[in-house]
Amino acid sequence: MADLSRRDLLKRASAAGALAAVPGATASSAEAAGQAAEPAPDPLETLSPGEAETLEAIVSRLIPSQPDAPGAREARAAHYIDRALGGALAQFREIYLFGLTNLNTVANARKGARFSQLSGTDQDELLAALERNDVPGFGPPSAATFFNLVLAHTLQGTFGDPFYGGNRNFAGWDLLRYPGVRLAVTPDEQRLDQRPRQLHMSAYDYAMFKARPPARASMRPPHKDGHGD
Amino acid sequence: MATELPRTDVVVVGLGAAGGVAVLPLVNAGLEVVGLEAGTWLAPADFAPDELRNNYRGWPQAVQKANREIPTHRPTASAPPSPRLAIHPMMNAVGGTTLHYWAQSWRLNPWDFKVVSETRRRYGASRIPRGSTVEDWPFGLEELEPFYDKVEVELGVSGQAGNIRGAIDRRGNIFEGARARAYPMPPLRGTGFTNMMAGAARSLGWHAFPGPAAINSGRYQNRSACVYHGYCARGGCHVSAKGSTAVTTIPKAQRTKRLNVVTEAHVIKVDVDRNGRATGVRYVKDRTEYIQPASVVLLASYVYENVRLLLLSTAPGFPRGLSNNHGQVGRHYFSHNQVSTVNALFPRDLNAWYGLPAQGVAVDNWADDNFDHAGLDFIGGGNLWVYSDRRPIAAASMSTFGRAPRWGAQWKAFVTENADRANTAYLQKTTLPYEDNYLDLDPSVKDPLGYPVCRITAEYKDNERKVADFVQDKMIDWYRAAGAIATEKTPLGTMGPTTHAYGGTRMGDNADTNVVNRWGMSHEVPNLGILGASVMGTSGSRNPTLTAQALAWRTADYLTRNWQTITA
Repeated sequence: MADLSRRDLLKRASAAGALAAVPGATASSAEAAGQAAEPAPDPLETLSPGEAETLEAIVSRLIPSQPDAPGAREARAAHYIDRALGGALAQFREIYLFGLTNLNTVANARKGARFSQLSGTDQDELLAALERNDVPGFGPPSAATFFNLVLAHTLQGTFGDPFYGGNRNFAGWDLLRYPGVRLAVTPDEQRLDQRPRQLHMSAYDYAMFKARPPARASMRPPHKDGHGD
Repeated sequence: MATELPRTDVVVVGLGAAGGVAVLPLVNAGLEVVGLEAGTWLAPADFAPDELRNNYRGWPQAVQKANREIPTHRPTASAPPSPRLAIHPMMNAVGGTTLHYWAQSWRLNPWDFKVVSETRRRYGASRIPRGSTVEDWPFGLEELEPFYDKVEVELGVSGQAGNIRGAIDRRGNIFEGARARAYPMPPLRGTGFTNMMAGAARSLGWHAFPGPAAINSGRYQNRSACVYHGYCARGGCHVSAKGSTAVTTIPKAQRTKRLNVVTEAHVIKVDVDRNGRATGVRYVKDRTEYIQPASVVLLASYVYENVRLLLLSTAPGFPRGLSNNHGQVGRHYFSHNQVSTVNALFPRDLNAWYGLPAQGVAVDNWADDNFDHAGLDFIGGGNLWVYSDRRPIAAASMSTFGRAPRWGAQWKAFVTENADRANTAYLQKTTLPYEDNYLDLDPSVKDPLGYPVCRITAEYKDNERKVADFVQDKMIDWYRAAGAIATEKTPLGTMGPTTHAYGGTRMGDNADTNVVNRWGMSHEVPNLGILGASVMGTSGSRNPTLTAQALAWRTADYLTRNWQTITA
């Protein structure tokens, strides 16, 4: 793993050099969309810098950024995943490690560069191939397993409670026009023609829950939200 | 060496929906009761409105014994195992899954007790599906009515009666059996969306009504009214408006000082003596093994665990497991087939973010035998249920109805427009027991103590598939009448671990085909009672909990009235 990290770092350094020489060749959606400066990076807790860079590139294609509509990058979905891989999602750490490495191997073989350095079109093409499980030699984990896992976690990181490090500035909830976490809802707020006022509150901003936040280490692995009770 | 504790009158294994109700009539009759619960007490501060934790991470606060013994599943005895669930659908805590259940609190309809005789009478014996082991219940709805009534009052069930002593009230369910009186509270309020759906049902000539829920529509027994905040499903209630046994019958029983609640107790065996009578149970707490002697043992864990405990409790007189000399433990297993449903897309915002799964509108015209099956090739039907409740991660994970991919810019535009424009119905359907659908012990998968977990061998049969297809078509009609621009059916699920599991210790007069008698007491072990949906022989088209609770009260009531005979 240490070797991999070192290799990642070296590649990242050389890729960054290439990037500087050819402005606009990058797939950074935020830049392409004319967004303001990148948010300051969050300190990594689990992933290596190279892994984090690749993951950031993936989530930025899954939920792309637009001038008037932030995406997974602004919501810091990758930061959510990085944190969770050290706790609630720890069982998926290895899948990420191998999946991200495999993706870069495929990107290099097919397009001649690391995934994060490809054009948006090329990135989308590769992601679509993963989704179809149509990447011979990928895995384990299988391409589709890896893709579905990252997609599910990207949704969690973009639309879950900001307590967990994603959904920064409630970017995800605003995107859906989710009116926010309320402790009580009035009859008027359930009328067909109403749009309740948008509230920007984490569950743990409320006094009664602030004292007992979930312990990250004790979290169970994720599952598909089932069919109810 | 196990530590032997002082003897008690009754030991109840599991303080959830069923055990949590049964303790009250027991202590009220003066009996001393020990309640063994694998989980812990939870408090309102544990019930944060946090979708990620509640709905995606399995709500970890309690001691999740259940998560260490998730049943395995295979469709048939010759099929490979299905992928194992990561999280058990039920939970451990004082109050059990009533802490986070939807709290829909239906009574069964009269037909559900008499599926065999009514089907024969109306359509002929040939209409009982081949291979089904379904039997009539040993009694009808009228026998259970007084116990439904007691539970509705103790837990606080809100709803609109449709039939009070034969007088039909069209505001309620016109198909329900006769009730002695109205619900203790009016129904939960409607929303703009559910009112729109009710209007659409009426435009089809169907009967729409609000469903019953163990959730306060107003202040009740010193507990708050529901606040409709949208985190009820798999989240606990932070204002205790949900009538969980943890805030109703259990604390009430504790106030008599005759209920001793032992938490984090992992029961491993029911002990019997040479005469085949239960002597008590063994449990592990803090790595120490205890023996709790009792005059009567009541098993009140979930369906899978009731069966597993019996099969693990072998003894010289019970080589195949306790109460299993007739080979019936684990038989007649079925689940509710509520996974196959319908998604709908509307051309307008529904403002359905808030609410709760119990805040909805029902149609019962296509349930049970409420419609003529003469020209159809199945029996039974389904209850159609539409409700207001939507959270952000689930909304973002919505179906795109073939109109957008699952990710990328087009997907983003789709969810931005439609996150509040989709709805998913809840369709509970008749399911039947069959010869080859059963529970036993898994030969290789074990829990951390080394005991095998429960194994489910089951798949839906023709009747269940036809019911699902029929009911989904009706639901599509309903959504279309309400203006939906797209609808889609979701596929039939597996019969793996579910919140609506039934059977395994079925109730009936015939000891050759049933584990417990009409009172819920074992045919083979006279001082062993079994509580929960494991005793139910049919599902009806509606949530099992209130029926399991009424049956639990009835068994406890029988015990108190026959105490000397049973313990002699």
